[in-house]
Amino acid sequence: MKFEPVIGLEVHAQLLTDSKLFCGCSTKFGSEPNTQVDPICLGMPGVLPVLNRKAVEYAIKMALAVECEVNRKSVFARKNYFYPDLPKGYQISQYTEPIAERGCLEIEVDGVKKTIGITRIHMEEDAGKLLHGEGPEDAGFSFVDLNRTGVPLIEIVSEPDIRSADEAQAYLKALRDILIYLGICNGNMEEGSFRCDANVSVRPVGAEKFGTRAELKNMNSFKFVKEAIDYEIQRQIDLIESGGKVVQETRLFDSAKGITASMRSKEEAHDYRYLPDPDLLPLMVSDELVSEVRSTLPELPRAKRERFVTEYAIPAYDAGVLTASRDLAGYYEQVVSETGEPKLSSNWIMGELLRLLNEEGRDVKDCPIPPSGVADIIKMVKGGQISGKMAKEVFEEMYRTKKAAADIVKAKGLTQISDEGELAKIVEEIVNANPDNVAKFKAGKTNVIGFFVGEIMKATKGKANPGVINKLLKEKLEA
Amino acid sequence: MDLTTLTIKELSEKLRKKETSSVEATKAYLKRIEAVEGKVHAFVTVTPDEALSMAEAADKRLAAGQGAPLTGIPIALKDIFCTRGVRTTCSSKMLEGFVPPYDATIARKLKEAGAVILGKNNMDEFAMGSSTENSAFHKTLNPWALDRVPGGSSGGSAAAVAALECAASMGTDTGGSIRQPASCCGVVGLKPTYGRVSRFGMIAFASSLDQAGPLTRSVEDAAIILQAIAGHDPSDSTSIDTPVPDYLASLNKSVKGLKIGIPREYFIEGMDPEVEGSIRKALDVLKSLGAELVEVTLPHTQYAVAVYYLVATAEASSNLARYDGVKYGLRTKEAGGLLDMYKRTRDAGFGDEVKRRIMLGTYSLSAGYYDAYYKKASQVRTLIKNDFDEAFKSCDVIATPTAPSAAFKIGERVEDPLTMYLSDIFTISCNLAGIPGISVPAGFTKENLPIGLQLLGKSMDEETVLRAAHAYELSGGWLGRRPTL
Repeated sequence: MKFEPVIGLEVHAQLLTDSKLFCGCSTKFGSEPNTQVDPICLGMPGVLPVLNRKAVEYAIKMALAVECEVNRKSVFARKNYFYPDLPKGYQISQYTEPIAERGCLEIEVDGVKKTIGITRIHMEEDAGKLLHGEGPEDAGFSFVDLNRTGVPLIEIVSEPDIRSADEAQAYLKALRDILIYLGICNGNMEEGSFRCDANVSVRPVGAEKFGTRAELKNMNSFKFVKEAIDYEIQRQIDLIESGGKVVQETRLFDSAKGITASMRSKEEAHDYRYLPDPDLLPLMVSDELVSEVRSTLPELPRAKRERFVTEYAIPAYDAGVLTASRDLAGYYEQVVSETGEPKLSSNWIMGELLRLLNEEGRDVKDCPIPPSGVADIIKMVKGGQISGKMAKEVFEEMYRTKKAAADIVKAKGLTQISDEGELAKIVEEIVNANPDNVAKFKAGKTNVIGFFVGEIMKATKGKANPGVINKLLKEKLEA
Repeated sequence: MDLTTLTIKELSEKLRKKETSSVEATKAYLKRIEAVEGKVHAFVTVTPDEALSMAEAADKRLAAGQGAPLTGIPIALKDIFCTRGVRTTCSSKMLEGFVPPYDATIARKLKEAGAVILGKNNMDEFAMGSSTENSAFHKTLNPWALDRVPGGSSGGSAAAVAALECAASMGTDTGGSIRQPASCCGVVGLKPTYGRVSRFGMIAFASSLDQAGPLTRSVEDAAIILQAIAGHDPSDSTSIDTPVPDYLASLNKSVKGLKIGIPREYFIEGMDPEVEGSIRKALDVLKSLGAELVEVTLPHTQYAVAVYYLVATAEASSNLARYDGVKYGLRTKEAGGLLDMYKRTRDAGFGDEVKRRIMLGTYSLSAGYYDAYYKKASQVRTLIKNDFDEAFKSCDVIATPTAPSAAFKIGERVEDPLTMYLSDIFTISCNLAGIPGISVPAGFTKENLPIGLQLLGKSMDEETVLRAAHAYELSGGWLGRRPTL
């Protein structure tokens, strides 16, 4: 029997607000434990939450970017469970009435496009962290760091529309790209600012009913997401084929072993005893706020990619690379606007610029060469002032020293000689000094022209414009 | 002259005329506390040093002519309000050593108004109870009869005000916890509209019902305090952002033509005849002042207690989850692992009534029961609120007894939680509807136990409630009656 996997993803994205969801504490990552806390996020007696408006705007931004309907009324609810990283004994989340529902996201795998439904987006607060003592003095102790407690999150829940680990990866990447484009999440999977759980089941091809699902956790890179899902699909198929039954459970991915292992069964699952949070009024979102947020939406990755292909007539591949980040796309567009050369600009950015940046792991935001610098180089090559080979040398120098192209060219004396009068004299000298080769040329051995070019380059220290030399040589020799 | 017998209004006038000082008044109260606290046990913590330095500061303000009506007035707070630097226990072992690093908004407002805080009053643990017998530390006794309870949960506040241990105290009312003890102790107790006074820093029992308010010796004093504590608080999202009226300005207006609704469902057969008699007489007084009595109906009244014990316990089970031994408060030492620490800490830290309510609330929120209990209760709550909206179409205030009986004997209802829950039968609907209510002394039983008249008003209409209560108080003949201790 052939099986098909059915996958739904739950993504948690930390929002890049300066302060927490319900209090004024900083959300900065990596500070000393428990330095970004106050009585509110510590859950001290009698304190009350006050909702962060910025976080609401960010959630709406994401909702609009993935074509969700923004609910005019949503309700914060308490998700009750005991854990030391949860100071109130409940997490403030949204349950039956989330801020947004019914969206979708288009993905592409091996050239095939597909739309993945988005069930809902809801807002919630993050929990803190537990650090377990490992040293001789603190073994057996657990330490609580509540800096992260109360940091705003959105949870984006997909429909079970995903049919392979590759699709899951493509969906995650597309989602992450959008979050970063919107500037509302840094997308860092290792720091946990972008986290993913996967619900995976399999069913015989053609079957309508879903199989029993397992929820996969602890996949903190795109690679692990793929590995975990692939492993889980195969595990479930093997289990069914050998006469077993998949049980509903939560499974943890073990990246060292490349396997998933049971964490808790359905019976052990928490009963979260959700109730509407009486400390917060229902969140009312006005039409004005939605349109205000909509007006701040940037062009999203897919739209930008498609526009680059049509507007600049560059290959889809180029467009994909150039729109990988909003900053790079902006950089490219500035270069094009100055040069009017979409393909040349793309070649320079994808070839030289990204090579240099990637060598250092540098972001385009911190690029030492401004877009106008790349434009200068392209214009110089096009105008014949320098050769393509020289240009690469100058470009690296610009990258290292942040000097302007013209200054480097001048200082190095790299200006190409394109003046026909000046070059004609040199051509004449070289031709006159080599009568043997002139004879060979006239006898039909036209490839000796390479010898003449080489001699002229030697004489001009490589500065002669090859195009002009070729033209002059032909005129001279064929005369 | 004994300064402790004065109302806030009277003492404030004397302070302003420099006939006495806040330090003198504070000392008089501290002396009184020393004299009677051994009998009444109304306080968990008394803070004489802090009180005297607040009094000195108040005297400076008064000397500079910058006094507000509460400047220099010695008051107390139910031990449910967080006070910066002063331990706040909620009368629970769980918080026995808890010293908050912040003030509740109303503690801050009262301090800013120049009030002198004498200490923290005893209460039922986490405000759960109707007799103050559920305090983890000691029972508070009714100053009118030391073998009786002062009511609850703000029993310490009511007893302290009645026993002249403070000029007023701040209480909280979730299902009657200000009004019922006020009734039991013969003082005035006002529960404002939900959202009129900030809940920030007030330790939560049931967040959608809890509201802070004053216990005082006169209606006028209650208006003075409400003036100081009412208003929007950006730290409390549920506090209402509308202007605060001048409560004293309308206080003395006539009640002529005021329509007083008498709910059919609250005057039922089997009611304590002494209570009923007193309330009927009080209504006659109001009628003689020109008020018009009209019958109204609140048809869902019979469900109020059931709805209340589902909603309040559900919220409480969540609100009290934070007391887990991890961050502050009690943690048992002998625990062997996380789950064991939770269990032992909560077992040792909470009393029986608190545990009972946490279990009730946890149950009603559990998967499979939520719809039948919590959700259904929330729906019926809306019906109860609608009842009041409907009734207030034909009246301005609603009058009922505050409690079905006068103060009962200590220990009488401890073993019978259901009877204890019925002590709040007349006060609970008001919290479910979020409307304001007041209890004002309206007579005594043959055994000289106080009886309270409850007046309920429209949402945000504290003015009318205060006006009616004030009119009754001036003509009822009970003002200034004090227990002998």
